[in-house]
Amino acid sequence: MKEKKSLLKNPSFQSILTSLICIVLGLFIGFIVLLMINPAGAGEAIKTILLNFLTRASAAAQMKALGNTLAKTAPLLMCALSICFCYKVGLFNIGAPGQYEAGACIGLYAALAWHCNWVICLLLAALAGAVVGSISGALKAYRNVNEVISGIMLNWIMLYLTNMVLSGKKVKDPASPYTIKLASGNKGALIPTAGLNKLFANNTTVTIAIPLAILFAVLIWMILSKTKFGYELRATGFNKEAAKYAGMKEKQNIIVTLAIGGALAGIGAAFLFLTGYQEWSTTQTSVPGMGFNGIAATFLGGLHPIGTIFASFFIQSITDGGALINKSVYPSQISDLISSIIIYLCGFVLFFKFAMNNWISKKDKGGPNVNDVPVTDDAAKAKGGEK
Amino acid sequence: MDAPYAIEMVNITKRFPGIIANDNITLQLRRGEIHALLGENGAGKSTLMSVLFGLYQAEEGVIKKDGKEVKINNPNDANDLGIGMVHQHFKLVQCFTVLENIILGVESTKNGILQMDEARAKVKALSEKYGLQVDPDAKIEDITVGMQQRTEILKMLFRDNEILIFDEPTAVLTPQEIEELMEIMNNLRAEGKSILFITHKLNEIKAVADRVTVLRRGKYIGTVDVATTSKEEMSRMMVGRDVNMVVDKTPAKPKDVILKVENMTVASKMHANNAVKNVSFEVHEGEIVCIAGIDGNGQTEFVYGLTGMEPLVDGKITLCGEDITKSSIRQRSKLLSHIPEDRHKHGLVLDYPLEYNMVLQRYYQPEFTSKAGFLKRGEIRAYSERLEKAFDVRSGQGPITIARAMSGGNQQKAIIAREVDKDHKLLVAVQPTRGLDVGAIEGVHKQLIAERDEGRAVLLISLELEEVMNVPDRILVMYEGEIVGELDPKKTTVEELGLYMAGARRNVNIDANSAEIEPSEVERKEEA
Repeated sequence: MKEKKSLLKNPSFQSILTSLICIVLGLFIGFIVLLMINPAGAGEAIKTILLNFLTRASAAAQMKALGNTLAKTAPLLMCALSICFCYKVGLFNIGAPGQYEAGACIGLYAALAWHCNWVICLLLAALAGAVVGSISGALKAYRNVNEVISGIMLNWIMLYLTNMVLSGKKVKDPASPYTIKLASGNKGALIPTAGLNKLFANNTTVTIAIPLAILFAVLIWMILSKTKFGYELRATGFNKEAAKYAGMKEKQNIIVTLAIGGALAGIGAAFLFLTGYQEWSTTQTSVPGMGFNGIAATFLGGLHPIGTIFASFFIQSITDGGALINKSVYPSQISDLISSIIIYLCGFVLFFKFAMNNWISKKDKGGPNVNDVPVTDDAAKAKGGEK
Repeated sequence: MDAPYAIEMVNITKRFPGIIANDNITLQLRRGEIHALLGENGAGKSTLMSVLFGLYQAEEGVIKKDGKEVKINNPNDANDLGIGMVHQHFKLVQCFTVLENIILGVESTKNGILQMDEARAKVKALSEKYGLQVDPDAKIEDITVGMQQRTEILKMLFRDNEILIFDEPTAVLTPQEIEELMEIMNNLRAEGKSILFITHKLNEIKAVADRVTVLRRGKYIGTVDVATTSKEEMSRMMVGRDVNMVVDKTPAKPKDVILKVENMTVASKMHANNAVKNVSFEVHEGEIVCIAGIDGNGQTEFVYGLTGMEPLVDGKITLCGEDITKSSIRQRSKLLSHIPEDRHKHGLVLDYPLEYNMVLQRYYQPEFTSKAGFLKRGEIRAYSERLEKAFDVRSGQGPITIARAMSGGNQQKAIIAREVDKDHKLLVAVQPTRGLDVGAIEGVHKQLIAERDEGRAVLLISLELEEVMNVPDRILVMYEGEIVGELDPKKTTVEELGLYMAGARRNVNIDANSAEIEPSEVERKEEA
């Protein structure tokens, strides 16, 4: 009994448990919605969402589908890392989609118009994201403009700017609203597969972007928790005034944080568009969901860079799985609806964590949890009344 | 049976992981008395009050109201039982008026429209009855701290609370406001209210309280009558040993100039005028200089200007012969340590563990960061442990305790440890004993004097008259952003000091300070 209690109080265990609760609850509500629309196919549909690639007939097809999911997990993970990194510094980078768009814009333009190789394209995409991110950062640091507001506005500005730039003669396929396929436009801009494609039934969209994204997750985790740089950034996030008092350049830190966040999102875009998985549609009128799904992946991943790896894969997997639902039974919007319900519930991780801690402390006869135990006076006050 | 107590907390025990915050504590509040609750920081006073107020549930013990056992699960229950509390940090909506704050949560409405007239009449009646002057239509952000506190008191009275808890109410007040508050508390008692008064200021207990219950390290020490107990006895009960109420020190031996401030002018954030006007003085090696004054006379802005948190409008600062007027905070911190006024806002990153806070000024130095930019966590841990031991910083889990979870006194000790231990020639200590208990204050004062005796310069900014009179070697009085007087603490009296602080008198000193007061001001003073 004692052991079980202490396990429940372990913060990492709590994160994982609450994430799982969110997933189960999301699936359950999704299932109810499916039942309401058409009870006949509900069981089958929810199974399809969950199993995703495993529903394919042959082993080879399964591997190929898994490859597709992984190929899209990499950009999602990068967006999630962008949001996670900024969140740890106390900034909510809802501008990730805009930074992602900027990355796609410059990455593809460099590939198709300037015929750069993939490394250059990747770096330029990162730079473009960083520039957009630092706009929000500078506004926040010097004019105290909320980064959420400026981020959302930049999302739209960047969307149409990207549409405009990528409609240019050199980059757009004249026969369709899409940009020219990299395979025909500039093979050198395709991120190398390094043989990974062989593992996934020769799915050429499986590239080194996937291990790179995981590497980035580890890197971000190391920077935040082990370095002087991370120490400064987190101190700034927790208490800007104390950071200033300690002689940190708190304004610069805010800009740098959003610039790094922007670079991560920009690389995310490169990880999708430079694999040849898809082309940019110059007629799209909505901000790509990748950046927003990154928010869900961040929270589902317990706000931990390593956690976001698994969360990103899960979210991408149910999104892909949703697309496989039998469209003769359900309307075609169903896949997006169900996956968004699940993703929405993923955002409730913090809420469940809070509820769980309350529940534990009730069981402990009123003692609060170890993590936020106010031992004495001031803490008791802070917890007691302020909010 | 005795006349039943207004509220009784019997054998209360409340545990937190690693600590027993309240160990079998009994507190009995008679009807119509002012009952002080005395204890050091971290003695368990606030936890006990949080139990009474329903913020925590005790593991053991019962709470009785008028002799009947009651269950208080949340602040609403407490309110229903007529228990109200003025928190140390006020819970007021800044952009609401006084009246709106008072009625918040108990508004009367008619068809969804607020009925303010009735409330206004009641507030008016209450404020007249108890001598609580407030302007009901002033916004909270525009009024003084004292008036904000009166608003909090009116909030309790408006709800017809019979049992009033004051949590360290004088910590934020000026001497005059403290006297007014004491008067108000007497009025409340005269009207039959029962008051629990949490404090560690013995003077105030002596001034208003009838009985006092003393806690020490979570344990119940005793309840005594204030009238028959001396301050020394009370402080012994609280600290567990004799406390030296007079500061021991040898005469200062000032040497070279460490800090030289010339014509410093700093803008105000609150209004168009400058908050600090043309201030000049010197601080020498081996002396403690105190800037005294009533809160809000430019001391905060002066410190911001001195430490580099705000730019100067005009003037020059020289530290150890080096012009630092335009230096960054980090550059200044090589020679300057700063114990900030607001430990939560500036002094600590509350969500960081103690060990990270201990290196807040030094984390970037080679001792704690490798060449590659990685933190040396082992060294940080060891350093934190050493400081905790050397400065008696107590916490639940040692270096990994989140700073937020520490008591105010220990948070302050951690800041002092950090600032004193790092290299410096000048220590700027802004209200270093604010919110500390007698024992801890003694420790801080000893520390300041030790700094002086080790040949450093100490600049103390204080609002506490007792501290101003006892600790420094020289006193500079600041009034409306100007240095209006220099006094020798050995030769001056509290009354004289008070006149300077209130702006009723100015002087020109014969020694070093003479140049900075302009002739016109001297004339003005003489005319007056």
